[in-house]
Amino acid sequence: MGNLHIISRRLTHLDVLESEAIHILREVAAECANPSLLFSGGKDSIVLLRLAEKAFRPAKFPFPLLHIDTGHNFLEVIDFRNRRALELGERLIVRSMEESIRQKRVILKHPDQSRNAFQSVTLLDAIAEFRFDACIGGARRDEEKARAKERIFSFRDEFGQWDPKNQRPELWDLYNTRVHPGENIRVFPISNWTEMDIWQYIAREKLEIPSIYFAHRRKVIRRGDSLLPVSHLVRPLEHEKIEELSVRFRTVGDMTCTCPVESNASTLEDIIVETATTRVTERGATRMDDQTSDASMELRKKEGYF
Amino acid sequence: MKNIELLRFITAGSVDDGKSTLIGRLLHDSKSIFEDQLCAIEKTTKRRGLEGVDLSLLTDGLQAEREQGITIDVAYRYFATPKRKFIIADTPGHEQYTRNMVTGASTANLAIILIDARRGVLTQTRRHAYLASLVGIPHLVVAVNKMDLVGYSKEVFESIVGDFGEFASGLNLRNIIPIPISALSGDNVVERGSSMPWYEGETLLEVLENIEIDHDINMEDFRFPVQWICRPQTEEWRDFRGYMGRIESGSLRIGDEVTVLPSGRTSRVRAISTFDGDLIEAVAPQSVTLLLEDEIDISRGDMIVKSENRPDLSKEFEAMLCWLSEDRLDVRRRYLIKHTTKTARIMIDRIACRVNVNTLEQESGVEVLSMNDIARVGFKVQQALASDSYSKNRATGSFIVIDEATNNTVAAGMMI
Repeated sequence: MGNLHIISRRLTHLDVLESEAIHILREVAAECANPSLLFSGGKDSIVLLRLAEKAFRPAKFPFPLLHIDTGHNFLEVIDFRNRRALELGERLIVRSMEESIRQKRVILKHPDQSRNAFQSVTLLDAIAEFRFDACIGGARRDEEKARAKERIFSFRDEFGQWDPKNQRPELWDLYNTRVHPGENIRVFPISNWTEMDIWQYIAREKLEIPSIYFAHRRKVIRRGDSLLPVSHLVRPLEHEKIEELSVRFRTVGDMTCTCPVESNASTLEDIIVETATTRVTERGATRMDDQTSDASMELRKKEGYF
Repeated sequence: MKNIELLRFITAGSVDDGKSTLIGRLLHDSKSIFEDQLCAIEKTTKRRGLEGVDLSLLTDGLQAEREQGITIDVAYRYFATPKRKFIIADTPGHEQYTRNMVTGASTANLAIILIDARRGVLTQTRRHAYLASLVGIPHLVVAVNKMDLVGYSKEVFESIVGDFGEFASGLNLRNIIPIPISALSGDNVVERGSSMPWYEGETLLEVLENIEIDHDINMEDFRFPVQWICRPQTEEWRDFRGYMGRIESGSLRIGDEVTVLPSGRTSRVRAISTFDGDLIEAVAPQSVTLLLEDEIDISRGDMIVKSENRPDLSKEFEAMLCWLSEDRLDVRRRYLIKHTTKTARIMIDRIACRVNVNTLEQESGVEVLSMNDIARVGFKVQQALASDSYSKNRATGSFIVIDEATNNTVAAGMMI
């Protein structure tokens, strides 16, 4: 009798978070008719893919991967996205905002404008096209205070809108996945992970990530408190000068508003040390679109953004 | 990399008890607040014409809440120390408190109940303690706050602890830890401070870091609700048939004899498989894939257990139900139950009594249940469920009720 109760090893916080995420992924697969997994090539969705491998191998994933391409993505990240999907042997669907712009579904004030805010149009179109009833995403509650109040299974009405006042109570690990036709669920299996957990997990699992997450020399300009990467989309204004600094990205998104931080961290261990000692939040440091107002993220979420 | 454990806790109390200040203090003094967050609340403090940094603003809500002066149920916050990682379920007080606290408490290892030292044990304190015991939270910290306003008096603290203990002796609370604190000045939250030398116990953070949580999960009774059947049907994995799920309680070894419920068929464990390789033994809460020696018919919603340790298998149940929805319970209507990985129709046919959460009196003759009501009910399920009593096993004794017409989650239940 006594033997059976010996625990072979103590489960760590990463083990517990991992098991929770696997449980969530399997619930989606079992209860949703036609889910998809949003994969951008960013670190959080790279972790999601590993969790999906843990949840479903040796079988294939019971859902395709979906990427909403703003057309403003870093090339390294897009290359990585394609390669990773190929290595996994999973189906990758890409829908691009360029197409939404061509169809006049998205109208930009000027061509280089940040496209993050318009992703929702293309995403909702893709959901309608493929009749997805659930989209699995890599959002985390520690990212932003609008996310802190979001459920793991988060409901969107027919307009793709999130209504923070009208969320379903979520108790224990019992997820209510039922939707009416036309409604959609966003599922966030890594809701309870922090930026630190993500980096520790990437290190533990030895996951490959796009090179721009590591320190590299890059031409940047200072705008406000942020560093903006110089590219064909971002040119210095008259009074601004270009500097070349050692930087890395903490998040990767639209090139016009994703800012790197100064860093010499060239290994995962270095990044973990920096993450442990940083004094600025992930989005505060790196996303100009979230700094516009105190409630930027909340407004974008209500419009159907992830 | 250091291996640290995860502790989930809930804070119960209203804004007036200093709950937001306490959470702000925990985050601030454990260095979990970032400069841009501090900068934002400094700005807000100044805009409101106040001095310094109001830590309670750290837990300030969404624009929708600020505009309408409402608070939206549960917000989750995260911090870590070198010893542990913490998830706080922060639930606003006042209205809808029962619903919010039950939601936040359902996954918690520990609850912090805040008491204002000037006011002592109030009706709401009793309500919080009752809910903590109903949801079976293993550890309860009674934080007597605002000690600075009662001259850091040992007598005041001891008298409140005495009152609480007297009341709580009638409840099912396993481990009660009283701490005198001042969230405003920080005494006994993270730093000990010098104002209460008479207190020799641990600070709040020390309790959170050190409390033993290994026994919070039932490690006796192996329960494995099947989530998903893995059948790759590829050349390489032609005959592979794996039962995927999470071990909700207990542990399992290769060779163990298992029974599948409700069918009652038995087999032995051939392999415990994971993406990282096969295991000899697995424990809750690991997610694994089980391979059995015999080919038996198993589908999602079935439960695999050890043959010598079986749960109850029944179609009729008694349970404590917490009603969460604005739509009242209508006993003539049909609802769905989601219990482990099984969803089935139920008929709630009897309200035995409703509990007054303020007086703990049991009220009989109740016909309807409204939001925040807690009641003992009887119900019938279309298919047999394998379950344990909630007090014995949180995972196999809990369920939610879904309204089939609206798809809303309308109640949370705990099997008796």
